[in-house]
Amino acid sequence: MNRARFAGLARHVVLVSGAVLVLSPLLWAIRISLLPAEDVFSPTFRLLPSRWIGFENYARALTASPLLHFLANGVFVCVAIIVCQLLVAIPAAYVLAKARVPGLGLIWLAVLVALVVPPAALALPLFIMAAGAGLIDTYAGLILPWTISPLGIFLLRQAFLRVPDEMIEAARLDGLGEGEILVRLLVPMISPAIGALVIISLVAHWNDLLWPSVVVTSGAKATPPFGVMLFQVQEIGSDYGPLLAGALMIAAPLLVLFALAQRRFLDGMTWLGSK
Amino acid sequence: MPALSVRGVFKSFGSGAVLADIDLTVAEGEIVSLLGPSGCGKSTLLRIVAGLERADRGMIQIGSRDVSSLPPGARNVAMVFQSLALYPHLTGRQNIALPLRARRLTRLQRMLGPLRLSPSVRSIEREIDGAVDDIAGRLDIEGVIDRVPARLSGGQRQRVAIGRALVRDSRLLLLDEPLSSLDAKVRVQARDEIVQIQRAFGVACVFVTHDQGEALAISDRVAVMLGGRVAQFGTPAEIYRDPVALAVARFVGTPTINVLDGVADASGRVLAGGFAFDARVGTTTGQKVSVAVRPENVRIAAGQDDSRPLLRVARIEDHGHDGLVHLAGRDGRQTLLVARAGRALAFRPGDEVRAAISADDALYFSEDGSRLAGLPVAMAAYARG
Repeated sequence: MNRARFAGLARHVVLVSGAVLVLSPLLWAIRISLLPAEDVFSPTFRLLPSRWIGFENYARALTASPLLHFLANGVFVCVAIIVCQLLVAIPAAYVLAKARVPGLGLIWLAVLVALVVPPAALALPLFIMAAGAGLIDTYAGLILPWTISPLGIFLLRQAFLRVPDEMIEAARLDGLGEGEILVRLLVPMISPAIGALVIISLVAHWNDLLWPSVVVTSGAKATPPFGVMLFQVQEIGSDYGPLLAGALMIAAPLLVLFALAQRRFLDGMTWLGSK
Repeated sequence: MPALSVRGVFKSFGSGAVLADIDLTVAEGEIVSLLGPSGCGKSTLLRIVAGLERADRGMIQIGSRDVSSLPPGARNVAMVFQSLALYPHLTGRQNIALPLRARRLTRLQRMLGPLRLSPSVRSIEREIDGAVDDIAGRLDIEGVIDRVPARLSGGQRQRVAIGRALVRDSRLLLLDEPLSSLDAKVRVQARDEIVQIQRAFGVACVFVTHDQGEALAISDRVAVMLGGRVAQFGTPAEIYRDPVALAVARFVGTPTINVLDGVADASGRVLAGGFAFDARVGTTTGQKVSVAVRPENVRIAAGQDDSRPLLRVARIEDHGHDGLVHLAGRDGRQTLLVARAGRALAFRPGDEVRAAISADDALYFSEDGSRLAGLPVAMAAYARG
């Protein structure tokens, strides 16, 4: 065996073991979601279930809590957040990237500061504001705090910076209005960055557990992770089979979406990273 | 009626004046180059004409219209940018059609354009398609017009950019260093193409470049811009043979014109670099005069004629069709003169030669760089008498 082939093999062994390591919690969760209750805490370890119960745990997870309702909440809240974020971030980033206005540097600094503040640090002041505004246990309470995304403004500004000024000037000479230049020319040109932002934001808010657990008090407004936690702790207790089946079901839409949009996501990330 | 008149345009950024009282006219169908080193204000002037930049004062008139206060989209000028600035996500056809759509359809109609709802919109869209096909035919790009810019060759991209500029029937085409991103060989071809297209469309054209060879080759007239002013505005022949200032003479021509420091003597001649020029420059005796001579006007004579200075060949540059001979003083160190010679290889470094310059071929400049007449001595004497 020559050296090149050996090196290739070694590289793959390292990569595969890395992948297995990263994926193992997920694989473990899949295993437990298929186990009957008595196997989960059985003193003797078995990799495969002692008896095949099929998707019984999944059925229990669906019936024990209004999982479909949580999923619908999640879709609604995430779509609303992302749409608002884009409506705010696109014009803001355009101005930050291309306008010549005194004081803009200060605003940009504020964006950068906001970028380094962890969202958890804001949970308490946001809760007080939400309570004061009467937004506890409402969709608005779930959505409004996240409509201005410093990360989004940052990413899109970097993307707009890459659009040459000549392109915008050509469009002005061609007779397009400023709004039209933004919507019809620039937004399509930075679509890889917008795609990346949508995916990052979707993952963050779909999986967010902290803020819903602060602002939501009933199952009616619960998003999937919080809903599963809220209900299954009450109904199912420490029955891990259905719990993990529920968790897998709420993660599934993201996994499917990511698998489908993987190419675009990676393109967007590399496009933003390259210069 | 000139296609473009620029009158008294002044522009400053911060403290320094970038453009100082520029006057310029471009006739119908004429190519005028703005030639100058980077930072001379030529691109700023072009951007002011296009409306992308506002002048502090002065007037821009396109045809019979004063456009000084109009936004760029309302001036109906065509412009091709250095980077071409094609919209990367649109096909060649959509790129060319955009200025027409912007003019002929309302904003709402443009948004709903693809649906082609109303019959009037449909007929306008058909007309636009027709106009795009027509211009694509004239530019010979029909076959590739439905590709996006990334799938076009450099030359095709340039034609699409010109097509987008010319499709709106403007009478003024502005070109901002359109060739500077191309490599030498393609460049000459692309520049010929621009001239051909410009002649075919008969549109007046302002061409910004820092390449004097390019400017002289394609222009009807050249405005040499130095330090925010038009130093000279004339035909390429005037600019080359009859520069009004030493700075113009130095900027135009490759290799750079030879400049010899000299003085006017009592008999009305100019003595410079060991040469005596029989020319009366109208200055007082003993005043410093710069004598500038194009390399092709320096003749190398092998003979032993005593009146000419003896020089040593320092270096030979062979260009194939001709060559350059760098001539230094007898110590052979510093190059004093560069001569263009048909058979440069006939000489060897170290050869001792004599050089001759006709007084008529030399240009005379005063200390402040302005041109001195340089009349022949005999005629000057006659004129005086």
